[in-house]
Amino acid sequence: MSDFFTATVLFSTLAAGIRLSTPFLFAGLGEMVGQKSGVLNLGVEGVMLLSAFFAYWTALSTGSLWLAVLVGTLVGLLMGVVYGLITVVFHAEQGISGIGIFLFGLGFSDLMFQEKVGTPKFTSKLPSVDIPLLSDIPHVGVAFFQHSAMTYAAFVMVPLVMILLRRTTFGTNVRAAGENPESADSLGVSVARIRFSAIVIGNTLAGVAGTALVLELGIFQPNLTAGRGFIAIALVYFGAWRAPGVMAGALLYGVVEATVITWKALGIIPRSLSDISAMAPAVITIAALVILARRVKPPAALTQPFSRH
Amino acid sequence: MRNKNRSRRFKLLRFVAAVMALGLLASACGDDSDDGGATGTTAPATTAAGDSAATLLKIALVAPSASDDLAFTQSMVDAINELSDPVALSITDGTFVIEEAATAIREYAAAGNEIVVAHGTQFGASLAEIAPDFPEVTFLWGTSTDTQGLANVFAYSPDAAEGGYVNGVVAAAISSSGSIGVVGPIEAGDAVTYITGFNNGALANGATEVSITYTGSFGDVALAAEAATALITNGADVLTGSAQMVVGAVGVASDEGVPWFGTQANQTSLDPSLVVASQVYHWEVVLEEMIAQRKAGVLGGEAFEINLANGGLEIEFNDGFDLPADARAAGDAAIAGIIDGSIDPNG
Repeated sequence: MSDFFTATVLFSTLAAGIRLSTPFLFAGLGEMVGQKSGVLNLGVEGVMLLSAFFAYWTALSTGSLWLAVLVGTLVGLLMGVVYGLITVVFHAEQGISGIGIFLFGLGFSDLMFQEKVGTPKFTSKLPSVDIPLLSDIPHVGVAFFQHSAMTYAAFVMVPLVMILLRRTTFGTNVRAAGENPESADSLGVSVARIRFSAIVIGNTLAGVAGTALVLELGIFQPNLTAGRGFIAIALVYFGAWRAPGVMAGALLYGVVEATVITWKALGIIPRSLSDISAMAPAVITIAALVILARRVKPPAALTQPFSRH
Repeated sequence: MRNKNRSRRFKLLRFVAAVMALGLLASACGDDSDDGGATGTTAPATTAAGDSAATLLKIALVAPSASDDLAFTQSMVDAINELSDPVALSITDGTFVIEEAATAIREYAAAGNEIVVAHGTQFGASLAEIAPDFPEVTFLWGTSTDTQGLANVFAYSPDAAEGGYVNGVVAAAISSSGSIGVVGPIEAGDAVTYITGFNNGALANGATEVSITYTGSFGDVALAAEAATALITNGADVLTGSAQMVVGAVGVASDEGVPWFGTQANQTSLDPSLVVASQVYHWEVVLEEMIAQRKAGVLGGEAFEINLANGGLEIEFNDGFDLPADARAAGDAAIAGIIDGSIDPNG
């Protein structure tokens, strides 16, 4: 255990936790925006997979990482439009539609990977962007100031989403659409348009999450996301539909995941407990969720379709 | 006029939604591809010129990961393609969900395939239910060392500890720090035997520490990458790993300039300058025996093993890695010792 409590190991574990939390944060913030408007999207995982594949394929084909980021983001946006059509325009049941999007993303990204790539190949990864001066601080620099641009962007998104939802007319309308769509409608707010926009924003961020994941690794594999999209949905509940709460949940999950991996590498966790300990991030997050969930309520109209009579 | 436009627009939206719904349905049902790549059932893919499909041995493969995963599933696909007689091969891959795999196994048996390969230890319980319903079909199941007493099941397994031991010996020979890292999936199957052999080989050749990290997942590439990062941070200067998620670990090894040892399939293509050697499974060695037995009227009931002695396991060194002569010699000596019985990789 003493091996763990050295500055090098502690801060490198923290750095790993921040890296691991990046996709959760993007996807969780996006899902939160959608849920605040009253729309549950269980298809986050599928959108992440689609964006991850197309970003990877773009990077592999063109060598341009920024073009890959753009393509991955646009795929998320496109899937947002699709999901908006399904749930807002055609009033399809949100849970089933989301699962459909997930299955589509899982199958189509797999198919495209086999057709267009086949054997796994590495592409270039997002480079580390060292923040001048701060990155040179011993240990702290490694943990906080030597990450990819996507990781910094994920944390910058937290205040941006807060401002969007709390300080703008759009945000007020989003919350109104999620809490009491009939009242919002009576005040002249187009609930359908607001929900559609929120879904597009949410899916775009899910696309960015998948893009960040694949470009951090430099390689794609079928089912690359390994359930991260679903965890992101849980983190919205964990975060009580607040951006800092989602960030706290993402960081908690990522840091616990990184700590478990480091403890395994150091032999602190016995091999006999290895598989059980892999569940630790989920167990801790769910435990926290159970405690916190009693104090907060979801948007009142979450999962409820709205149509003008 | 406006209402008419709205009506047209609504029809267009309905059409797009219908197309999407069909897409969703198709993805849920699995997708077909000519080369047997993606999750789903594929048409027979391997035929020889001049052979009619009717005369070819019909083999179906159900496997948990992608056909070209550079690991477990690819090892079997490559082996079937290496068989001396051409076959008509159908593949359903990417079936991590056991119920999906069971459905595919049953459908392949019912569809007239003579041999159905259930390529995954986890498919054993399903096979125990399905195999008795199709007594004319031969089922191949691995990795497993027993046939569950089923008369029409052949079991197969690798003695992965042998190649693991050789890789461990060579890894210790090139390690400067004496600290070697291992990234494993779940502690099960041939990953355990490979890692056990690797650990023994490395320690026998002077390694001071072999740190083993099981990520708890066969498919989480990101976790494998972080496991590799943690191992390197803690001093490992040579890495190995087992299962399809190791591509994440290879990526980190590649970034850090840390040599990598592979298993199951040749992983040199992942980094031609840093992959030292790979233990490659040549299942065709035992597949040929099983097919010969079937032709002779024996449909199952025996367990087969691939190892260094029968050529089913092979250590493929990467010529692109500048391996010191003494390290290569140590590896060759380990291979010879295992084959002649003087070295017990599990010991």
